[in-house]
Amino acid sequence: MTNLLVFPILLPLVVAVLFILARVRDRHAGTVAIAGALAHLFVSFMLMARVMEQKVTVLWVGTWPYPAGICLVADYLSAVLVLITAVIHTAVVVYAAKDIETRQIKAGFYPFMQILTAAICGAFLTGDLFNLYVWFEVMLMASFGIMVMENPAGRLTNAVKYVALNLLSTLFLITAIGLLYGLTGTLNLADLHDKAAGVENTALFTSTAMLMMTAFGIKAALFPLFFWLPAAYHTLPAAVAAFFAGLLTKVGVYALIRLFTLVFITQTHITHTILMGAAMLTMVSGVVTAASQMDIRRILSFHIISQVGYMILGLAIFTPLALAGTLVYMVHNIIAKSNLFLVGGLIHRATGTFHLSHMGSLYKTHGLLSAGFFIPAFSLAGFPPLSGFWAKLLIIYACLESGHYTAAAVAAAVGLLTLFSMAKIWLEVFWKQTPPKDPLPLPKNYSAWMMAPVLCLCLFTVLLGLFMEPVMQLSLAAGEQLMNPAAYILAVKGGG
Amino acid sequence: MESFLAIVVGLMVSAAFFLMLSGVLIRFVFGLILMGNAVNLLIFTAGRLAPVNPPLIGAKQTLLAAPAANALPQALILTAIVIGFAMTIFMLILLFRTHDQTRTLDADQDRFILETDKTDLPDITGQKVQE
Repeated sequence: MTNLLVFPILLPLVVAVLFILARVRDRHAGTVAIAGALAHLFVSFMLMARVMEQKVTVLWVGTWPYPAGICLVADYLSAVLVLITAVIHTAVVVYAAKDIETRQIKAGFYPFMQILTAAICGAFLTGDLFNLYVWFEVMLMASFGIMVMENPAGRLTNAVKYVALNLLSTLFLITAIGLLYGLTGTLNLADLHDKAAGVENTALFTSTAMLMMTAFGIKAALFPLFFWLPAAYHTLPAAVAAFFAGLLTKVGVYALIRLFTLVFITQTHITHTILMGAAMLTMVSGVVTAASQMDIRRILSFHIISQVGYMILGLAIFTPLALAGTLVYMVHNIIAKSNLFLVGGLIHRATGTFHLSHMGSLYKTHGLLSAGFFIPAFSLAGFPPLSGFWAKLLIIYACLESGHYTAAAVAAAVGLLTLFSMAKIWLEVFWKQTPPKDPLPLPKNYSAWMMAPVLCLCLFTVLLGLFMEPVMQLSLAAGEQLMNPAAYILAVKGGG
Repeated sequence: MESFLAIVVGLMVSAAFFLMLSGVLIRFVFGLILMGNAVNLLIFTAGRLAPVNPPLIGAKQTLLAAPAANALPQALILTAIVIGFAMTIFMLILLFRTHDQTRTLDADQDRFILETDKTDLPDITGQKVQE
């Protein structure tokens, strides 16, 4: 079963084709999508088990030898991210089955979601730079499709911004790929690692690194390239927003981690210092802008930006502990953030609005929903013993250990401001009395099937916090693996 | 030859950026197309230029004739062109439909901006801001 690596990519694609060929458009659509998502979850789990056993597993597609062919590689980082993608995909599809309307199904909601999942897994698993570009394009196309699925006034101009900026970042990416190929003559990531040390033209090499950083910085929503994100995300349906918010920026973060631990490691005093600055500014600008917002989805969107800053900070510090912190942070954040967007959708169903000043009293009428918000929100803010506390602790500890005291102070302060935003939502939505001229929250205006994924993700957040030790061990192993890529390179070469 | 192509790529990219920064979205698309072509030319140049044979294996041979061109950049460019086509067409249709809604493609005009932020405007009438 060396072909295991291809299933997380192939399976959703097959389901998507099934959807289109069989014209599944009625009430069975949700069931088929859930079945597809569960199967995907299963193969991702198998892949995770395989990687736990072998540390790195490689599949050469076609019979081309190293380094000419395209390979799929799964190390700890990739496998964990594929698994978490499958988890979120399942949760979102279960939620969407009751939330999505017939016209959205007719517009191709489910096939697009499946293709998007396949593309995200493809980006996580590929061992070839050009292949990474192709997966990014597939991902973009699917996300464009979902974004313009239905077009009430105002949605399309936001989609234009998203599409335009992403196309531009793609052009930067392929420019950087072209330059890198000119410098090294290879596109295989493991081979690039070997050849990078021998590049004589370090100026051009560093420029290429910066171009790559800009390209993925746009996708990961780094400062100052994040303006497309709140504009695009806050008008999407809850299920879609949850999927996008949890995963799309993280693919950019993953690409940055992969490239800046494997390829661009010869000029770290330039590249990683710039990453450090960008990370700190991203954290601060995201959280400060969020504080001034009054729409739930806009607050959450700006917090995505600030959280991406933490992950990049871990990469910029560039020690095994910091990279372990980044991985824990990604896992924690993907779960909590997707969950919060789902909760946002439920709040909208109960109150008919996303605007904080028009709602209240939800704590009195929706106890379970309050718990569903409380856990991910205060995990995001870093309350012990929830997962966010450990993630922040690891990053800050890594900062202190490596002597980056300013960064540690910024990270701690941003955590405090996150708490402010979450407490604001908590006070306005759940504790405050409903304003007199606004309608009271409607009880039970959503199906239990929409509540179930929210509670499951809450459970993950709590469990992740309570059983941090094994997660930490795995993350430390992943951090070691990223800092010393010898095993990765040996596996890629050996598989050729 | 390399320096000549490098200058051409540079000129194309600067023209593309000039178009993209104009604020009118249809010019943005033209800029995007121009830049796509510039990048393709860059990849082609990065694959080294030399007066050699095309990378084709003859009828009764199993190997390439000795000095052959690099086939990989050509494959990369072909992929990039195909993807670029799809993206450009999608962008054009998106702009067409946006124009239906806003009656303008000038991103600096009020109609374009207000349409975008309608859901964010503060509530002054006492009515709920509905989607």
